[in-house]
Amino acid sequence: MIPLSHFLVLGAILFCLSVVGIFLNRKNVIILLMSIELMLLSVNMNFVTFSHFLDDGAGQIFVFFILTVAAAEAAIGLAILVVLFRNRQTINVADLNQLKG
Amino acid sequence: MDNLHLATPEIFMLFASCAVLVVDLFLKPGQRHMTYWLTQGSLLITLLLTYGQVGDTAGTAFSGAYTVDGMSAVLKSWILLIAIGGFVYTRDYIKDREIANGEYYVLGLFGVMGMMIMTSSNNLLTIYLGLELLALSLYAMVALYRSNADASEAAMKYFVLGALASGMLLYGMSMVYGSTGSLDLATISQALTTSDAGSTGARFGLTFIIVGLAFKLGAVPFHMWVPDVYDGAPTSVTLYISTAPKIAAFAMIIRLLVDGLEVLSSDWTLMFAILAALSLVVGNLLAIAQQNIKRMLAYSTISHVGFLLLGMVAANPEGYSASMFYAITYAFTTLAAFGVLLVLSRNGEEAVMLDDLSGLFRRNALAATVMMVALISLAGVPPLVGFYAKLSVLKAVISAGYVWLAVIAVIMSVVGAFYYLRAIKMMFFDDPVDSSEVPARMDVNATLAVNGLAVVVLGIFPGWIMAVCVRAFAG
Repeated sequence: MIPLSHFLVLGAILFCLSVVGIFLNRKNVIILLMSIELMLLSVNMNFVTFSHFLDDGAGQIFVFFILTVAAAEAAIGLAILVVLFRNRQTINVADLNQLKG
Repeated sequence: MDNLHLATPEIFMLFASCAVLVVDLFLKPGQRHMTYWLTQGSLLITLLLTYGQVGDTAGTAFSGAYTVDGMSAVLKSWILLIAIGGFVYTRDYIKDREIANGEYYVLGLFGVMGMMIMTSSNNLLTIYLGLELLALSLYAMVALYRSNADASEAAMKYFVLGALASGMLLYGMSMVYGSTGSLDLATISQALTTSDAGSTGARFGLTFIIVGLAFKLGAVPFHMWVPDVYDGAPTSVTLYISTAPKIAAFAMIIRLLVDGLEVLSSDWTLMFAILAALSLVVGNLLAIAQQNIKRMLAYSTISHVGFLLLGMVAANPEGYSASMFYAITYAFTTLAAFGVLLVLSRNGEEAVMLDDLSGLFRRNALAATVMMVALISLAGVPPLVGFYAKLSVLKAVISAGYVWLAVIAVIMSVVGAFYYLRAIKMMFFDDPVDSSEVPARMDVNATLAVNGLAVVVLGIFPGWIMAVCVRAFAG
């Protein structure tokens, strides 16, 4: 039997990877979208783990909703990406600097 | 079935939004005004349904995931009222810019529905779903101005940071769920009160929840998206983002932290105190340096979020009702300010720089007067409503023993008055750069007048809204 803490550490590692991915990445917006997905998946990991160890179904139901929202979020993110590329001809994060002041 | 009838406003709103979407498909380009009227009609009927719940209706539906109480019906009525006003101001602006009409209104309606769900949620899952329904609609609305490069950049920034905030919030929720064993806010509260076992995990989760909330509200140091999004988004969407969602965000804070995690209030008051102090200082100081009026209002929003959080720092019903009053009055005062900006942004021209305001009184006296009233109220000068809002928040904070916070808030309000008064001076005493008249439609003028009048009248007679806010947290 794998203890609860192992799963939580895995979830935390995935979460940290995704946050680092969002803040360190200066190259490509698509990597940002991937990091966001990873972040939601790490939360799903947590919910499933707790749901199993608490013997309570609600956590798994939450996961289904997160997955659905993540799909919608990815769709909107990619749509914005396409619009952005049409206007700017680049999806480099470092080039997103027209708005400042 | 349990009390499904409590959710009548949301259910009606869902069907109406879908109907608007479908009807819009069959309209010819010349008939687009139909979509507008249908949207306003749906909002108005939902407002009537919601207003019917104000007073003694209370209860839960959907197995406790949805609740109607004193706070929810009042806040939802204001959200709907402000959305209606917002669409009146927005109509010509989006028509001029050919921002796809039907989709814009439908996304706006779905956003309003998201806010209503946030306000009425009683479960971590419903809060999340309401929040995402609002956020996803907002990302799309910012990006709808497809031909504009700034709008798409703003949409991308908003999307990435908004998704990050949701991720933080969710991670916190998963920790709270794990340590209390329930998604239901009442059960969470009970579990934390009866046993100390889960409190470490819940505290850990609370930190992430606060970070997520601060991101969504735009409190310093999680504010970096606010100026860029306000500036880059079409002004109509900036109006939408800066008004009603603030009320919904306040409701979300109450639900999560007061209904769910009030046992941990000694932890979150400290975090809120820091966020509020930083927001007040940074927001007001950076607003002075702005030449772009949308950015200036963005930093002013950040400082007002600081005030909103001040009431939460008090962590008692007095503070909550002061914050609630602040959120409501802030939303409709900002509505007036952005409404004037939308009136000025005509014929493909954008009113974005402070210079565009100069001499406004000679170009459109009504717009200039309403703008003046709104800005003076935001600065907190009596007898306008912003003064009373600030006063009640400060009273709550001082009686809770945070005198240093109140001192910071007052000093920063004085600093803030500078940039509001500068804009007013430009409108009334400077020569206009472009002296052409700025006409506005009848309905826009009427709404502006009512909106400006509300800021004045409710400032002189704040009693009845305040009474409603106090009743929302009594007992």
